[in-house]
Amino acid sequence: MAIEKENFSRRDFIKNSSMFAGGVVFASLINPYKFVFATKQPKGKGKWYGIGIDIEKCIGCGSCARACKIENDVPDDPFFFRNWVEQYTITNDERILVSSPNGGIDGFKQPVPDEDIYKTFFVPKMCNHCAKSPCTQVCPVGASFESPEGLALVDQSYCIGCGYCVQACPYGCRYIDPLKGVVDKCTLCYHRLEKGLDPACMMACPTGARVYGDLNDKNSAVSLFLKEHNCAVLKPQLNTESKLFYNDLSQEVH
Amino acid sequence: MPLQVKRLLLVFAIFIGIMLVLKYVLTPDSWREYGPYRGNAIGEIASQQAKFVQKESCADCHDSIAEIKSLGEHINLQCEICHGPGYQHVDDENFKMEITKNNALCLRCHTMNAASPKNIIKQIDAIEHNEGEECITCHNPHQPWL
Repeated sequence: MAIEKENFSRRDFIKNSSMFAGGVVFASLINPYKFVFATKQPKGKGKWYGIGIDIEKCIGCGSCARACKIENDVPDDPFFFRNWVEQYTITNDERILVSSPNGGIDGFKQPVPDEDIYKTFFVPKMCNHCAKSPCTQVCPVGASFESPEGLALVDQSYCIGCGYCVQACPYGCRYIDPLKGVVDKCTLCYHRLEKGLDPACMMACPTGARVYGDLNDKNSAVSLFLKEHNCAVLKPQLNTESKLFYNDLSQEVH
Repeated sequence: MPLQVKRLLLVFAIFIGIMLVLKYVLTPDSWREYGPYRGNAIGEIASQQAKFVQKESCADCHDSIAEIKSLGEHINLQCEICHGPGYQHVDDENFKMEITKNNALCLRCHTMNAASPKNIIKQIDAIEHNEGEECITCHNPHQPWL
């Protein structure tokens, strides 16, 4: 049985391929699938919140974590936090000790005697409100989202408590509320911002180690903080476009 | 068109129709107002009550204490760091604020720790520094070096 040869001329081949290529280019110009791929709104002209934390000024009193728990009704258990403080201690024999007993609310004890310490400091941690947040992208029901102001928020009446976002957050900033069964996280006290008040952690900080503000406004507290200090973000290799900037961040911090 | 294909098409059409009705019924009103989420959720989060009222509200009534505090080193501290949230006290003056007098409150910030920067906060060793005395016998918390 002979193989039937289809009679394609070179002219037909070029014609068909150029029509296909032209079609692809045309479809990409009219871009009908744009809404499918747009995981977040483009950065608007309005407010675009950012946070600055000055590690040089943090005294490890835990006022921020305590105020946050009170303001946002975070459960008292020592493993639910929207905001906590870690104590890093690097010893002379190059061990790195990280402790955060009850998130720093009850204060810290230095585990190493002074003469063995190479370097020690406090790192307050909270939601980074990433511009490309890994947590909001994995939500299967659209309950986790990024607001037009650049805050990663949770619609708790829509959340099904699956916990994908808890795993997706590389900074460990989310938890499942044991009473409501839904995810809870830092909102940068959005309810306070809307009422003209400072977020609870910013308000409670006695040394002014925390600043926040509008990154679009070049005279806001956080813009000036970025101007005056050399800042770094946590885990920059993950390309989350974190908007929590640390001054004096040691490379040991993760 | 064969009959079985017609029937299959009819089943598809009914299925797609049901899905479209379900989508219409189940999609919340404000879905996609700003993005792929419920737009009303932002307002719901914003409507939560604020519990800390901040020192400007405290100074409306307690102006004499606010003035004393403004002369001391604790000028930048919020009243509610030590006294607790004030939203109930603002509405009802019979609701008493916390007045904690023990040393632990002071030592939250002022305890000696190598990790606390020395130039930012005055630190004391609670064992060496007048052991057994209450901090407030010498230091007024509103104006520590009175």
